[in-house]
Amino acid sequence: MSTIPADALKLKEHEAHHDADHKPGFFVRWFMSTNHKDIGTLYLIFAIVAGVIGGGISGIMRWELMTPGIQVLNLSWPIGAGAGATYDEALHHWNVLITAHGLIMVFFMVMPAMIGGFGNWFVPLMIGAPDMAFPRMNNISFWLLVPSFLLLLGSTMVPGGSGLGAGTGWTLYAPLSTSGSSGPAVDMAIFSLHLAGASSILGAINFITTIFNMRAPGMTLHKMPLFVWSILVTVFLLLLALPVLAGAITMLLTDRNFGTTFFDASGGGNVVLYQHLFWFFGHPEVYILILPGFGMVSQIVATFSRKPVFGYLGMAYAMVAIGVVGFVVWAHHMFTTGMNVNEKMYFTAATMIIAVPTGVKIFSWIATMWGGSISFETPMLWAIGFIFLFTVGGVTGVVLANGGVDNYMHDTYYVVAHFHYVLSLGAVFAIFGGFYYWFPKMSGKMYNELLGKVHFFLMFIGVNLVFFPQHFLGLQNMARRIPDYTPALAYWNKVSTIGYMVTVAGVAVFFVNLFWSLAAGKKAPNNPWGEGATTLEWTLSSPPPFHQYSTLPKID
Amino acid sequence: MRLHLNGTGVTMRLMGWAIALAAAGLTPAAAQAPAGSPATNATAAAPAAASASAPIVYGSVGHQIPNPKIGMPQPGAIGIEEQVTPIGHEAEHFHNVWLMFTITAISIFVLGLLLYVIVRYRRGAHPTPSRNTHNTMIEVVWTLVPVLILVSIAIPSIRLLRHQYTPPPADVTVKITGHQWYWSYEYPDLGVSFDSNILKEKGDPTLKPGDRYRNDDDGPPLLAADERMVLPAGKVVKFIITADDVIHSFSVPAFWTKLDANPGQLNETWVKVDADKTGVYFGQCSELCGARHGFMPINVEVVTPAQFQQWIVSKGGTLPGAKPAAAPASAAAAQPQPAQAGDANAAKPAATNQAATAQN
Repeated sequence: MSTIPADALKLKEHEAHHDADHKPGFFVRWFMSTNHKDIGTLYLIFAIVAGVIGGGISGIMRWELMTPGIQVLNLSWPIGAGAGATYDEALHHWNVLITAHGLIMVFFMVMPAMIGGFGNWFVPLMIGAPDMAFPRMNNISFWLLVPSFLLLLGSTMVPGGSGLGAGTGWTLYAPLSTSGSSGPAVDMAIFSLHLAGASSILGAINFITTIFNMRAPGMTLHKMPLFVWSILVTVFLLLLALPVLAGAITMLLTDRNFGTTFFDASGGGNVVLYQHLFWFFGHPEVYILILPGFGMVSQIVATFSRKPVFGYLGMAYAMVAIGVVGFVVWAHHMFTTGMNVNEKMYFTAATMIIAVPTGVKIFSWIATMWGGSISFETPMLWAIGFIFLFTVGGVTGVVLANGGVDNYMHDTYYVVAHFHYVLSLGAVFAIFGGFYYWFPKMSGKMYNELLGKVHFFLMFIGVNLVFFPQHFLGLQNMARRIPDYTPALAYWNKVSTIGYMVTVAGVAVFFVNLFWSLAAGKKAPNNPWGEGATTLEWTLSSPPPFHQYSTLPKID
Repeated sequence: MRLHLNGTGVTMRLMGWAIALAAAGLTPAAAQAPAGSPATNATAAAPAAASASAPIVYGSVGHQIPNPKIGMPQPGAIGIEEQVTPIGHEAEHFHNVWLMFTITAISIFVLGLLLYVIVRYRRGAHPTPSRNTHNTMIEVVWTLVPVLILVSIAIPSIRLLRHQYTPPPADVTVKITGHQWYWSYEYPDLGVSFDSNILKEKGDPTLKPGDRYRNDDDGPPLLAADERMVLPAGKVVKFIITADDVIHSFSVPAFWTKLDANPGQLNETWVKVDADKTGVYFGQCSELCGARHGFMPINVEVVTPAQFQQWIVSKGGTLPGAKPAAAPASAAAAQPQPAQAGDANAAKPAATNQAATAQN
């Protein structure tokens, strides 16, 4: 008699278990996933792998640039030229490195980390949704990225003109990418971008549907956490910008292979047309890379100041404004293409306007901290570092916005310094901040606070040493994308390379921390950050159950 | 495929010539010269340029010894290169005085605010957070003050653009063509044209026996070229820039000049080097153009107008005033320098042409 109730109980328990935390087997779970958290984890792992490859490539570049002369490119490398390469092959290898570095960091590191990784993990959690709207499409989004990345890596091993690999720069300007690069490498790079673009468009549709339709009862748009707002604006930019890129690179493809002349003057085409199409995508793209960072920094600053975000609506609509204005400033990347004076004046003025909503965000973050009770755990250090370094990158952007001044800086290291301040020191700092902030939630383990802080300070010093001297190099007219330079530029190049070494030491500490914490970290409570962490993900266990919110949370 | 591409290249080159001829025809100075002279002179000048094997006399026009303090990157320097044109002076002043001041002040202001809140509102000093999340007044202020700052930047910025795009009548026209991986310069009105290649270092393995290698009197490593564009100081020079394969970019930092060389298009800009700033100015290709992108330097030697004429003659060119075919020059004919006299005469119509082309 007594066994029957026990069995019944067991059965019930099993059912409950099935509802909440029954995980499928390894292959089904990770290769056929429909779970937003697992797919988010896959994206994060992918981004880390791509980041190591892209960062390694920048190491080769900084090594080459450490002293004048060609001393590294003629060595044997797994990608590109090998030992015994001719002079031009070795130099072409340089162009392959810059191309791969740019494409990897943009399409395979920052975007997968921010949108695919943190977006997938935390958008559903923050809006009180059980999963993404289209779980299988979510899986396709991720698995398109893998062949895309393999195509890009593969492109470095096939002929691309003067040597192996696509040496066109990440911008793939025609005619260097059409008549200037024979061989299949550029075609492979174009297909890689097609796949990455399709992946992002599918992801964007998924996020838009999820955010518009799957918010928990009471979660109005104006109550959504700012990270969700940032993803919403970002995915709209993706949806509107990426088809333009797809069109432009398809035209490259037909110019290359089918005799069309979209970008060839001898057939009635126009080489500058490609640049207009590319940057119509490319400028929104740089906001795609930074907006989720804005969202993460907002969450982190509010949490560790124990204060709600200052000027919430202003913050949300500042991002919308940045997104909208971001679509009408593209030609500031093309100030030296020979555009007329009216165009230059317009794009100068329009570009500067973006500084206004960006300024609103910077000041609102500081106002959030103002009057708060701030603690300085690792995520907060990254967020504060982000605010200052993004300001520095932003003001050099105001300098470059001036069409008449840009004549001097265009295509020099000043531009390299500018966009690495907003991306390498902006977006990457936000990613690390978000990673430390949500690591306890994602893994259920606490990271090591001391190692986290060591990582931050090493990297803060390192990346500033890498990139601040590059402003000087640019003002002394060191051109971008050159493997060798005149000896007068040696001093700051050496400083920059030393900075890279410090950065690598910082990243090494990150990996030690990551693996140590995963293996032996303390168990994380539901909410390790205290009363400042008010978003819904902190109400769940750490890590959250395999399926959350079987009863939808209610927001008042 | 390959055949098709080759065909394209040839067509494009022909088109380039056609456009160049049309453009040359627009400048009145060229119109005064016998019809078709730019093309014939250009081909005739080729052997003259090839005579580079003759010993170089450093210090002569075309091979002046550069002053290492100007016109090239300075070791360890952190600022803008010294400017030698009116546009360069204006832009440098705008950058160094106003832009640098503004961006430094903003960065320091933000840093100061951050340090203040870090110290003042750290948990140890301020355990109870306020709940203040709105202040309309301050939000309006931090929206409007940046707008005012941006307006204060935009006004001189737009003025600079207007000045850059208002060229005075040109005294000399140079057509610049970017190639993989060298530049060629042509003076269509004066019948001079030649290529300009990088000078390799002495130990360079790709240096062919008998090739000229770089000497410190040519300029710094990687920036020195075998042939220089020579320009007269104090004169307005019009650059017509194009390319015949992929995009290159013509850049001379000391002139505040950078303009892309697009195949199939003619871009136009101008410089006027200060009369007292003779010297050698270095730049390099500034748009990724393939393997040797970093190895196609630009050398501009600025000399006195008299030396310029001497150089033109030594290059096998013809000075427009020397031809009896020149248009009647009443007052200008009295001037001792016929080249400038002819052009000064042409000032009025040239101005209209440039206003139209500068907005191409």
